[in-house]
Amino acid sequence: MRGIISFGGYVPYRRLDRSAIAAVMGKGGGRGTRSVASYDEDTTTMGVEAARLALRPVDAEPRALWFATADPAYLEKTNATAIHAALRLDTSVGALDFGGAVRSGIGALRTALDAKGPTMVVTADIRGGLPTGADEAAGGDGAAAFLIGTEDDGPVVAELLGSASATEEFVDRWRQPGSPSTGQWEERFGETRYGPLTTQAWKEALGTAGVEAADVDVAVVTGTHGRAVKRVAGQLGVARVADDLAAEVGNTGTAHPGLVLANELEQAEPGQTIGVVMLADGVEVLILRTTEALAEFTPGSPVADQIADGAEVSYATFLQWREMIQVQPPNRPEPTRPSSSAAARAQDWKYGFVGSRGTESGTLHLPPARVSIRPEDELDAMDPAPMADIGATVVTFTIDRLVYSVSPPVVFAVVDFDGGGRLPVELTDVEPDAVRIGQRVEMTFRRLYEAEGINNYFWKARPARSGQ
Amino acid sequence: MASHGIKDQVAIIGMGCTQFREHWDKGVDDLLIDSATAAFDSAGVSKDDVDAFWLGTASSGMSGLTLSQPLKLEGKPVTRVENFCATGSEALRQASYAVASGAYDMAMAIGVEKIKDSGYQGLNAAPAPHDGTKRNLTAAAMYSLVLPAYSARYGVDEDELRMVVAKVAEKNHRNGVLNPLAQFRREMPAEKICEMASVAGRLSVFDCSGVADGSAAAIVVRAEDAHKYCDDPLYIKALSFVSGTGGGLIDPDYDYTTFPECEMAGADAYRQAGIDDPRSALAMAEVHDCFTPTEMVLMEDLGFCERGTAWKEVLAGTFERTGDMPINTDGGLKAFGHPVGASGLRMHYECWLQLRNKAGEDRQIDLSTRNLGLVHNLGGYPGEMVSFVSILGPELG
Repeated sequence: MRGIISFGGYVPYRRLDRSAIAAVMGKGGGRGTRSVASYDEDTTTMGVEAARLALRPVDAEPRALWFATADPAYLEKTNATAIHAALRLDTSVGALDFGGAVRSGIGALRTALDAKGPTMVVTADIRGGLPTGADEAAGGDGAAAFLIGTEDDGPVVAELLGSASATEEFVDRWRQPGSPSTGQWEERFGETRYGPLTTQAWKEALGTAGVEAADVDVAVVTGTHGRAVKRVAGQLGVARVADDLAAEVGNTGTAHPGLVLANELEQAEPGQTIGVVMLADGVEVLILRTTEALAEFTPGSPVADQIADGAEVSYATFLQWREMIQVQPPNRPEPTRPSSSAAARAQDWKYGFVGSRGTESGTLHLPPARVSIRPEDELDAMDPAPMADIGATVVTFTIDRLVYSVSPPVVFAVVDFDGGGRLPVELTDVEPDAVRIGQRVEMTFRRLYEAEGINNYFWKARPARSGQ
Repeated sequence: MASHGIKDQVAIIGMGCTQFREHWDKGVDDLLIDSATAAFDSAGVSKDDVDAFWLGTASSGMSGLTLSQPLKLEGKPVTRVENFCATGSEALRQASYAVASGAYDMAMAIGVEKIKDSGYQGLNAAPAPHDGTKRNLTAAAMYSLVLPAYSARYGVDEDELRMVVAKVAEKNHRNGVLNPLAQFRREMPAEKICEMASVAGRLSVFDCSGVADGSAAAIVVRAEDAHKYCDDPLYIKALSFVSGTGGGLIDPDYDYTTFPECEMAGADAYRQAGIDDPRSALAMAEVHDCFTPTEMVLMEDLGFCERGTAWKEVLAGTFERTGDMPINTDGGLKAFGHPVGASGLRMHYECWLQLRNKAGEDRQIDLSTRNLGLVHNLGGYPGEMVSFVSILGPELG
């Protein structure tokens, strides 16, 4: 039976207190917090983080990588290829974008559950809107990744019992490419469409699964229409509706069914039946049942831990990160775009964070080198040294208030990796006055900057988050 | 295999140096013409007498044309050299080897930088095409790593050490006051520097070298020809250069309290010059005070004092113009300013003045017991740098 072999949710470190919006603008906002992708994160980098977490607990290699987001870092160019490179997947593994629509996330997941071979589905989104609008406050940023396959590929922790889809064309939410906000039709109209569509898909999915609604232990209900989601959730007839993470994270759109499902799976017992219902231009339904293998499964980093381990971002900084306001940059040249050919030659280093290690000396070289700094190593006597998942400790650090950055100041540290090796590296997700010598850090994939429309991806270090 | 050096084989017979400052009214051509003309006049020669030229500029021009066109040099070889902040000294090194080899009788080393036309603050070199993984950090921030490392290694209180390096700036500003060519000619008390906002680690803007336009030039001949042109030539005792492996960046044993490339270049230069104890042999040194902690660490790397003691010697006034070991008597990069390609030659210009007793009454150092001078440049960052050291003296032997 095909199902979920592994999964990982990713919640970025920053939180916007919704009450901070009205404090500045006089209206908008609300209660609780929403998650905020840092200035150096986009849907691709968050997707990498979720996928790394999903691959951490298992010894399985995907044969396909599908990436879905409604906020792609690139159009035209495939975004999944950067995730593919960061995960160091073989070139024979296909990487595809399921682009544009919020529905594409659950769609990719359902398609993978119907497909062949171990398939990594990565979903990510950055949600927002114009200042004071409902989407600004209710939205959230995050990612979720699922490795889908059969027992041949690894222990299945949740198998697919059944699924269904219902589709209808109606304009409820829409956004032109490049627009900062999403339009919404008068709410009650959409509700009239989502109600019957949910009833239809839910009934069909239960039928294919051979279960009754009352047998479903928990339903993950998400979607683009808040009122409809609330209404249908109450009408499913299930034992419990999952916490939608609205109070701390917000609605992460394309990633949301996956993120909420990951959170539920992390708390579920074997033998539980989980319904996943997503309302977006129709309805998608999955009926899953957790297996005995779930008891043996240790998440890469539980969603609940990541939610607990967040820090505030001011509303002013949030607006700046979202390019709602522009601030004066330092009088320094902006960074130049990376060379495509140079980046391609350095792919393992730049995307995979793979150094080299002298075969005789064992000395780590970051970036990888052909000639060792130790005389005992022969020319080219180097082994690849994947360092992305190796922890490190801050040896010394400095704060640079002069250098160009989208969000100054730059916090920079010299870090020593566990097992040997050193790198001077930029820190992120960090308060400048909280950095300490001896602090534990871990590597994270980030967008350093964008120049001439090219995103420059590389790795930074961040304070080690709980559970990792 | 050895670094033999060319001790006493080459002599400087003339030098010129422009004011270092924001030359809004002068371009690269003007600066080159001014320093070259001053050097020709100093040696009593014309451009036609010079057989070959080495032009040092980090980013103000490409190729020998940058010099041959403004000077209208007919049928002469001009080599453009670049070696980070040691560019000017590298030009002198190449010109000296050229005359020592016998290939030419007379050569000019000239350095220039036109920084202030960029429209940006600080030094900003245009990067070569790259893979986007190079670190994004200013030189100031990299050198700021020295302070906490030095504090930890030698048990010096961080606040006290911060004051120590501010004293380095205070000294160099004091020296700059007396120097008509210097960019900054006002006193800057250490206490005031400590009160300023930090821009990188604990360093303030006044812990960083001045950013200026300028040019400096030297004319060299073989030592045996020197007195044809000049009564008091300055002889080259040593020329050393070390370009590092970059290993310090990735070596967990590197602790940011020393610059091994500088130590190696210094040791090689002392060997070439036959110096056992630099502190007792040298009358002065011009060192690369790009940031205040740099000068402090260099005092140890160049062997002017024991490891872990430079901070005490700074406080004791050892490196003042009137102290036991005068350092950067012309104001250094801090107060004289730092037009990258010209700075190395500017440092030699100060030796040219001081070691020949021509610095002027108000700032001439004492030469009664020692008469050798040292010039040190570095370029790059802790962990990955190039370093130059020369030793000069007014007498053969």
